[in-house]
Amino acid sequence: MADQSTAAAKAPEDAARNAEFEARIARGESIEPKDWMPERYRRQLTRMMSQHAHSEVVGMLPEGNWITRAPNLRRKVALLAKVQDEAGHGLYIYCGTETLGVDRQELIQQLLDGTAKYSSIFNYPTLSWADIGCIGWFVDGAAIVNQTMLAKASYGPYARAMVRICKEENFHKRQGYEIMATLSAGTPAQRAMAQDAVNRWWWPSLMMFGPHDADSPNSDELLRWGVKKKSNDELRQRFVNLTVGQAKAINLTLPDPELALDEATGDWKFGKIDWDEFWRVVKGDGPCNRERLEARRTAHAEGEWVRAAATAHAEKQQRSSTQAA
Amino acid sequence: MSATPPSDSQWPLWEVFLQPPKGAAHEHAGSVHAPSAEHALQNARDVYARRGEAVSIWVVPSVAITASTPDDMGPFFDPGNDKAYRHPQFYKVPQGVRVF
Repeated sequence: MADQSTAAAKAPEDAARNAEFEARIARGESIEPKDWMPERYRRQLTRMMSQHAHSEVVGMLPEGNWITRAPNLRRKVALLAKVQDEAGHGLYIYCGTETLGVDRQELIQQLLDGTAKYSSIFNYPTLSWADIGCIGWFVDGAAIVNQTMLAKASYGPYARAMVRICKEENFHKRQGYEIMATLSAGTPAQRAMAQDAVNRWWWPSLMMFGPHDADSPNSDELLRWGVKKKSNDELRQRFVNLTVGQAKAINLTLPDPELALDEATGDWKFGKIDWDEFWRVVKGDGPCNRERLEARRTAHAEGEWVRAAATAHAEKQQRSSTQAA
Repeated sequence: MSATPPSDSQWPLWEVFLQPPKGAAHEHAGSVHAPSAEHALQNARDVYARRGEAVSIWVVPSVAITASTPDDMGPFFDPGNDKAYRHPQFYKVPQGVRVF
């Protein structure tokens, strides 16, 4: 790693490097770990990627608590595989973040300390089995819209992690949508359960794309640097457009009376998002913020003996191999 | 990888290379943390090959990799950049003749 503080002292040289960096972005080149990058690009990416990795990890929690209650074996193996994928996705992105010169251990510590952010959607409770279907359909659906864009991000390791993740998320979305379609075509009670889940998850899912463009402080810079290729509002609109038809096909109603097709643009116009709720949850007052972190800390503490055993085993192997030699 | 770290800290980093089926070359997939090579292989399998992505996995301690640096990219690759005669398009072929 180059000494960034020394580099910062050389202001004219820095300006030239900045210009060259921006030119590379403009040419659509991929930025790789050892390339020079503005300190702020590095910081913004570290923030964004680590939050993304944390979201994958915390995302396991609302679903994990339904594994033992899945209605049949087919659903159970699918959910287990999905939750395992989320752990894998967290690891892909942590590994990508480490290429920016930060330790995974440090990032994980920030998550456990409660100083790191993760996607607010995971601070909502999963009250019924239909919520698991709805998460796959909406939350993974929204994630696909976002991550398909990020697969073209200017930072190579991030983009490559996204390509890998996108391939796997499609299974997540389809298993969720299948759960919802099945419930919707089931008994009146099952149908009601599915509709109730849709009612509760729809708006928080729209909030997943972040504040409106005008209120999103990081957006301009991330767009300029090619980390993001589309704005929050563009991505949100794409998600709404995709989902309206999917809801209709399985006879579920999205809870927005203002939803209407704009013939001119082909976009589905939607109602006003409750941003007060969004900020409340971001700032820690969602229904499950404390519970999620507590569960994560417990899991980390309870996994300590496994890490200790693996370390001890590795040391023992090392000793016996040195003795043999 | 010198002093023994406490168990709750970072294990060494390993770079993971997967060989997809059908005789392709191993390709870099990402990295894992693990206390030993054996454990690194198992982690690599669980993280990068859950869907039959690989018929073979290599794990290499990240510190063991020597890489070219972007700063000397120009001079380092220069010997290969100005020799058009190393490419088939450099050579003329009579019109109408199929070479391949």
